[in-house]
Amino acid sequence: MQRILFGDNQFFGVNHMSEEKARTQAMRFQKIEAIIDVLDAAYAEGIRAFMCTTHDRISEVCNHFRANPNQYADFEFYPCMPYAHKYANAVTEHGIVDALKRFLPDDGAIGAMFRGGMSLVRKDISGIAQLLIDAEMKMFHGLSTPVIFLQNVVTDLLLGLGVTDAFKIFADHVRVKYNAEPGFITMNLPKLLETLEGVGIENPIICSNINKIGFRMCGGVAVYEDLLRSRRFRPIAMSVLASGALPAREGLEYVCRQTDVESIVFGASSRSNIRETKRLIDELSAQPEFT
Amino acid sequence: MRVGLVGLGKMGMSHMAMLNAHPEAELVAICDPTPFVPDILGKYTGAAVYADYDDLLRREKLDAVLIATPTKLHAPMVRAALARDLHVFCEKPFCLDPIEGQELADMAQARGLVNQVGYHYRFVGAFREAKRLVAAGVLGRIHHVRAEAYGPVVLRPKGSTWRAAKETGGGCLYDYACHAIDLVGYLFEAPTEVGGSVLNRVFSRQVEDEVYSTLYFPGGATGQLAANWSDESHRKMSARLTLWGENGRMNIDRQELQVFIRDASELSEKLDEGWNVRYTTDMTNEVWYYLRGEEYSEQIDHFIKSIKIGDRNNISSFASAVATDRVAQMISKDAGAGRLSPARGQSEIGAVPSKPKGFFKGLRTALR
Repeated sequence: MQRILFGDNQFFGVNHMSEEKARTQAMRFQKIEAIIDVLDAAYAEGIRAFMCTTHDRISEVCNHFRANPNQYADFEFYPCMPYAHKYANAVTEHGIVDALKRFLPDDGAIGAMFRGGMSLVRKDISGIAQLLIDAEMKMFHGLSTPVIFLQNVVTDLLLGLGVTDAFKIFADHVRVKYNAEPGFITMNLPKLLETLEGVGIENPIICSNINKIGFRMCGGVAVYEDLLRSRRFRPIAMSVLASGALPAREGLEYVCRQTDVESIVFGASSRSNIRETKRLIDELSAQPEFT
Repeated sequence: MRVGLVGLGKMGMSHMAMLNAHPEAELVAICDPTPFVPDILGKYTGAAVYADYDDLLRREKLDAVLIATPTKLHAPMVRAALARDLHVFCEKPFCLDPIEGQELADMAQARGLVNQVGYHYRFVGAFREAKRLVAAGVLGRIHHVRAEAYGPVVLRPKGSTWRAAKETGGGCLYDYACHAIDLVGYLFEAPTEVGGSVLNRVFSRQVEDEVYSTLYFPGGATGQLAANWSDESHRKMSARLTLWGENGRMNIDRQELQVFIRDASELSEKLDEGWNVRYTTDMTNEVWYYLRGEEYSEQIDHFIKSIKIGDRNNISSFASAVATDRVAQMISKDAGAGRLSPARGQSEIGAVPSKPKGFFKGLRTALR
């Protein structure tokens, strides 16, 4: 896994600090070229991995990378699925079963299953889940996707509901069909880690908030630090600056001191910001007192 | 604490995940008339599965129920639960008929039961902190409020769920505007009169997609309400409150609290003259389980803790929700049922053929 992963929140009007800022970003990145420009800047600064949601607009980014393979040698995509608002809005509009039908291939079999009133057994759930994963992965066809993530809203919904088999279904399908490592994004690291171990997913890749002030780290900083030290998993730190509440150096110093953290994901909109953040991560990761 | 959950739509499932993960709650039964989803969830959680609510109440020994069904069903379900002395958490809006809502609020109070309605914005750090500051009088006498709620719910002329039908409690007024109205009641007070109300359709056949109204408060203050659930420029629902007082102004949304203070010399709170800005990261409490926002977790936790410690002063009680329902009813009456304007390009009865648009079209094409 790459040490630095470039995130995509800034491209889609996601900003946990300010709606105004989110809107400004949405306007700035309205045209796909603006997104590509920032990705080009990240590439020029030596970043080789883009961790992105399966937002419809990412398919345009994928088209660009597919069309220019020589320009982006060894560039990797780390897809995070699904783009949850797409499903949430569909459920509000159509109800759960109808929403699900809309996202599945219209080959009659699934529809017949829902209509038939038969109870869903694990095989069916597994089949539906695989079809949904394949639909989300379609846009990445021909691109390198070494790690495929389950997005946090879905991970944490399934985790809360206790539908733990779903994690195994996801992991198995991603490994078998895409030859990729499964990853899980969560706001509830302690509970997820225990659950994944319980269903036999060993040494899992887990992406969670890891920041000095404990922002959205359920269980608290101390518990997370203890898990990092004592348990076997491959942690990715996100929200390392706690949505901007921490200055870059202070935030990165903290996360780089957690030497068990394998990768750090961050998003930025300008080349200077990308350069500075990458430089800080490289510098702080290399400091002897941190290793 | 033994809890039953009724209604497994989007909100019901989200509540279920948080209840199931709560260390002090035991989800013992779930209830929904549709097949598949309840069976699967019952299998994984070990909760008993019911298609019939009365069956659930009769057979299970519960301490509390959480009701997340279409609005029309709230009143009878709440009544049945209270009659069995169960603590009740009910989704918003509370009741379509405020008189019935008031009866239920009185009934819950008389029986000493915890009663809460799912107005989750009351648990958002920024609104909670704003309430504290307003109560401390930092704005002085408030003379105007603006309450807004925008988001992408109905974006095309179709929709088959209960939200698309007036009689089941659908429509932007009850689904969206109620959040904004409730925040006005939470931070300031409930208006006693409304005027110039407009319920507009944009895409819906039977219900309004936009709500606008002028609010009149007992002390002479006024307010404006604007809600629109056909606004695709927002990724998800966005509620915002603006308050103007003699000593300043406050802008509040889920992420930020901005306070402008004219004169800080007399204030008990530490605020600067001019703008003071506080972000969600300073105002948010840690929760035991995070799913969609701390506020969703906190409201469930508040309910469970209130039962446990015997606290009957709920942050979002039936009584406060009835006040919100009453305002919604006033707006509805003020706008006049006959003045619900047709959506552009639609006749009163039939709709124009739906044109697939946006991600549905893209997805269907992709899957073909």
